[in-house]
Amino acid sequence: MASMVGATVVRKEDPALLTGRGRYVDDIQLPGAVSMAFVRSHQAHARVTAIDTEAARQLPGVLGVWTAADLEGLPATRSIPGMERPCLASDTVRFVGEPVAVVAAQDRYLAADAAAAVVVDYEPLPVLATIEQAMAEGAAPIVPGQASNVVMDQPLTEGDAEAELAAAPHRTSLRIRNQRLAAVPIEPGGCVASWDSTGLTLYATVQAPHPVRNELAVMFGLPQHEVRVVAPDVGGGFGAKASFYPEFILTAELSRRLGRPVKFVETRSENLVSMTHGRAQLQDIDVGFDDEGRLLAMRVAIVQDCGAWPDATGAGLPTLTIFMSGGCYKVGTIAASFRSVTTNTTPVAAYRGAGRPEAAYLIERVVDVVADELGRDPVDVRRVNLIQPGEMPFATQWPGIVYDESDYPRLLDTLLEHLDYEALKREAEERRRDPQRPLLGIGFSTFVEMGGFGPSPLFEQFGYIGGWESSTVRMNPDGSVVVSVGTSPHGQGHETAFAQIASDALGGIPMERITVRHGDTQTIQEGIGTMGSRAIPVCGPAVQRSSDKVRQKLLQIAAHLLEASEDDIEQDGERFAVRGTPGAEVTVAEVALTAYKPHKLPEGMEIGLQVMDYYEPTNLSYPSGAHACVVEVDRATGQVSVLRYVAVDDCGTVINPLTARGQVEGGLAQGIAQALLEEVVYDGEGQPVTSSLIDYQVPGAPDVPGMETHHVEVRTSFNPLGAKGLGESGATAAPQAVVNAVVDALSHLGVRDLDMPLTPFRVWTAMRAAEEGRAAAASDGTGPPPEAMRPDPAAPPPPDGMPTPPADGDDTWKVTP
Amino acid sequence: MRHDVTLRVNGVVNRHTVESRQLLVHHLRETLGLTGTHVGCDTSNCGACTVLLDGVAVKSCTVFTVAADGGEVLTVEGLAQDGQLTPVQEGFRQCHGLQCGYCTPGMVVSATGLLLDRPDPSPEEIREGLEGNLCRCTGYQMIVESVRWAADHGGPGAVAEAHRSRTEAGTP
Ligand code: FES
Ligand code: FES
Repeated sequence: MASMVGATVVRKEDPALLTGRGRYVDDIQLPGAVSMAFVRSHQAHARVTAIDTEAARQLPGVLGVWTAADLEGLPATRSIPGMERPCLASDTVRFVGEPVAVVAAQDRYLAADAAAAVVVDYEPLPVLATIEQAMAEGAAPIVPGQASNVVMDQPLTEGDAEAELAAAPHRTSLRIRNQRLAAVPIEPGGCVASWDSTGLTLYATVQAPHPVRNELAVMFGLPQHEVRVVAPDVGGGFGAKASFYPEFILTAELSRRLGRPVKFVETRSENLVSMTHGRAQLQDIDVGFDDEGRLLAMRVAIVQDCGAWPDATGAGLPTLTIFMSGGCYKVGTIAASFRSVTTNTTPVAAYRGAGRPEAAYLIERVVDVVADELGRDPVDVRRVNLIQPGEMPFATQWPGIVYDESDYPRLLDTLLEHLDYEALKREAEERRRDPQRPLLGIGFSTFVEMGGFGPSPLFEQFGYIGGWESSTVRMNPDGSVVVSVGTSPHGQGHETAFAQIASDALGGIPMERITVRHGDTQTIQEGIGTMGSRAIPVCGPAVQRSSDKVRQKLLQIAAHLLEASEDDIEQDGERFAVRGTPGAEVTVAEVALTAYKPHKLPEGMEIGLQVMDYYEPTNLSYPSGAHACVVEVDRATGQVSVLRYVAVDDCGTVINPLTARGQVEGGLAQGIAQALLEEVVYDGEGQPVTSSLIDYQVPGAPDVPGMETHHVEVRTSFNPLGAKGLGESGATAAPQAVVNAVVDALSHLGVRDLDMPLTPFRVWTAMRAAEEGRAAAASDGTGPPPEAMRPDPAAPPPPDGMPTPPADGDDTWKVTP
Repeated sequence: MRHDVTLRVNGVVNRHTVESRQLLVHHLRETLGLTGTHVGCDTSNCGACTVLLDGVAVKSCTVFTVAADGGEVLTVEGLAQDGQLTPVQEGFRQCHGLQCGYCTPGMVVSATGLLLDRPDPSPEEIREGLEGNLCRCTGYQMIVESVRWAADHGGPGAVAEAHRSRTEAGTP
C-alpha cells in the first residue's frame, strides 16, 4: 500500500470553498440576531469627559447603547496580572481604535448609524506614539498602576559579554528596527454570541476555540460545559486570531442582556486598528568576530513595542527572539535583555512567526554586516559559523532550547546548486560598471526557527493549559472513519493532512473514507489550537497514535474472525487476510461492524472502535532552510524588483507536497512584503496613517514574484512523525534574504544597512545620500558618511510620482528612531 | 428611501424592496442568503466580493443594489452545474490555488471574467488581471497556475459563457 504521507493530494476542503459553500462567521444567520457596532476612540490618548448616547438611542432599530459605566463589573481581558484591558475604555482612551461604547441594532446599517450618533467628548493627554517617547524621562505610564511604560525589563543572561566583545579581533554594532506589521487576514475579525438557558455559544473566527472557551468560562463564572466556542471556516489568522478580543465578551454580555444572538463583524478599517499588530521591535546588537567571520560574542538588547495594552502573548515575544538570536550558527556567547514598552498604539501580539522572524532577521543581517566589514563573501561567513550535522541535536546556551536534527551545510549547498551564484556575482559586477543597467544584488538567508509548540511547561507560559494536542479516531460500523482533532485550521488544510496521516496509521484506509472534524469545543475533545507551526508536529503524532490503537483493535478482531494468530494477519487497504491462507479474508467494514456486536467479539473485548489520545511533544521542533533572493534595483527610482527567490526548506517529513508548497509560498509572500511594502505607520499624534487597505500595502498578484521551492527532508527525532512544521518558515526566512540582496546591490556605494520596508523612496534616498557622501569624501578625503542610509531631508525632491520628504518634526516619515 | 428592484441572480428572478444605500454584496448575502460572496474590506481593494454583473466582473461592495436593477448577476454559487466544478474551480483545486478560501469566491469569479475576456492569458496577464483581488494565504503563484490550468482545460465554463453571451446580446 503506497504511503499517503508524502503523497501529493488535492484537498478535501476545496469543493465547498470553491462553490461558495464555506461557512465563515458572517455567514451564520441565527434567528433573531442583532448587530453590534463599536464607537471607537479617534484620539490616541485622552480623557473621556462625557459620552452622550441619547441621540443614538432614539434612532430606528436601536436596541441599546452601552458605555463602560453601563457595564460595571464586566470582566477585563486577561493579560499580565495588573495590566488587564477593560472591554470598553472608561475614563481614558489609550489608542486610536479603542472601543468606548457599543450599540446593538436590528442590522449592520442601523448599528453603524447608531454608533456614528454617539458623541464622545475628549480632553487630550500627551501622546506617546513611539517607544522613545514612552521611555523618555518623565513620560507618564499609559497603563494605570504601572510605575513607567517599561512593563517588562528582563535580562536573560547574567553578564553583558563586554569582556568577550572586547577580546574579539573585530567588533561592530547594528541597530535594527523590525517594523510594525498588520496581519490582515482577508476575513476580518468577528463573532456571533448566543446566550440562552443552556449557556453561552460563541461562533468566532479564531485559531484556538478551546482556550477562548476557557477564558470566557472564567470571565463569566460559568462552568466550561456551559460555554461552547465554535471556530467555523476561518479566513486566515496568521497569529492575530490567537489573541482574545473584547468583542468576545461584549457580544456575549449583550446577548445575555437582550436575550437574542448578537453578531459583530469588524470592517477592514476597524480591523487595521483593532486586531493585534505584529513585530514592532527595536534591536541593538553588538557583535565580536574574528578574521574568518566567526561570531565570538554578541550582545542583544531588544525593545518591544507592546502598544497600549500588553497582550498576554505579545509582551513576552522578545524571549523567543532572544532564544533564536544565534540562528543556525555556533555563536561563542550571547548576552541578551529586553524591555517591553507601552505606547499609545494598537496592542502588539503574535504575527506569523511571532518573535522568531525578528531573530532570523537580526542574525542574518549581522552575518552580512560582518562579511561586509571583512570584505568576505557572505556565503563563506555563513559556512564557518554553521552548526554541523554531527553536532545535532545541538544544545544552545539557552536552557531547553535544543535544535533537532538537520543538515544546515547541505541546505546551503542545495541552494547554491539551484542558484548559480558565481554567474550572478559576475553579472552584478558587470552591471555595477554599466550605468545604463539596473543594479543587481544577491541576498542569503540561512535560518532556523521554532515549530511544534509545546511542550507543556513552555506553552503554559503563553497562557495555554498545555502544549499537547489531541485526536479522537472513530471507525464507524461501515468502516469509514471520523478523526476529531484539537487543532483548529484557518487555511492550512488539516482535513487533508490529518486524513493522510490517519490513512497510513490505519493501514491504508482510503482518504475518501476519512473525514476530519475540528473547531467546536462541544463536539471535539479537549484541544489547544493552531499556532506556532504545531499542527503537524504535535497533533500529527496524536492522530497517528489514536489511529494506530484503532488499527490494533481491528487486527485483533480480524484475527478472531479468521481464527488465526494476529501475527499472521495482513492488511491490504480495506481487507484483512491470513498470510499463506488464500481465501481467508475479511473486509475492514466487516471487522468494524463486528466491533459493535459485543457477542461476536473476543472474550472481554470492549465494544466499539474509538480511541482518543494525546501527544505531548518532548521539545519544540526547529524547521530550517537556506533561501536566496536576487533583486534588481532601478538606479533612477530606487524601485526594487525581485528577479528570483529560491527556497530550500527542511521541515522534516513533508505530509503533502502540494500544501507544503502553499505554506512556503504564502509565508514568503508575507516576508517579501515585509521587506518591500508593509508597515503600520503612526503620525506624531498617534494617528494611524495606514488604517485602510488603500494605505496599508498588502501585496497583490503583480507585487509578488514567482518562487522556486525545494525541500531537503531531515526527520526530527523529537516526534514520531519526524515533522517539524512549516507554516512560519517563509515569513521567517524572506525579509532578510530580500534586504541582504538590496544592500548587496548598493554595497559598492557604501550602503551598509537599510530599514524595512524598502520602498523606492527609501532606497532612492539611501543611494542619493551614499553618492553625495562619496562625492564629498572624494573632495575632502574622508570616508562615506556613517549615516549613509538615513534619508536626508535636504536632498533634492524625488522623481515624479514619489512622495516628497516631510518637513522636520513630521513623525510619519521617521525612518529611524 | 426604498426601491423595488428586480435582479436575475444565478438564473433566478428575484424581486425585493431595498434601501437606497444597500450594497449589492449585502443584498446577495443577507437578503438572498448567497453567502459565498464575501466582504474583506471597505475601500474596494480586496475583491472578495467580486461577482459577474451583466457579463462583467464587478466588486459588489461598490455597487448599490438599486444600481443593478434589471441586471443579471452570476455569483460563485452559480458557476458549477450539476455538482460539476467549472474548469476554473477545478484548476484552483488541482493547483492548490486556495488555502483559507475567503478570497476564493472573488478570485474564482475574477478569474472566470478574465478568461471570458482573454481565453489564453500569460502568467503576467493573469497577475495583472487579478490585481484587484487580494489573497493573504497563497502568495499568488499557485493561483496563477490554477488559472492557467483552467485556460488549458476548457476556460471559464459553460454557465459563465452563457451569462456573458446573454448579457452581451442584451447590451445595445
Ligand atoms: S469587499 Fe473588498 S473589494 Fe469588495
Ligand atoms: S486563500 Fe486565504 S485569502 Fe486567499
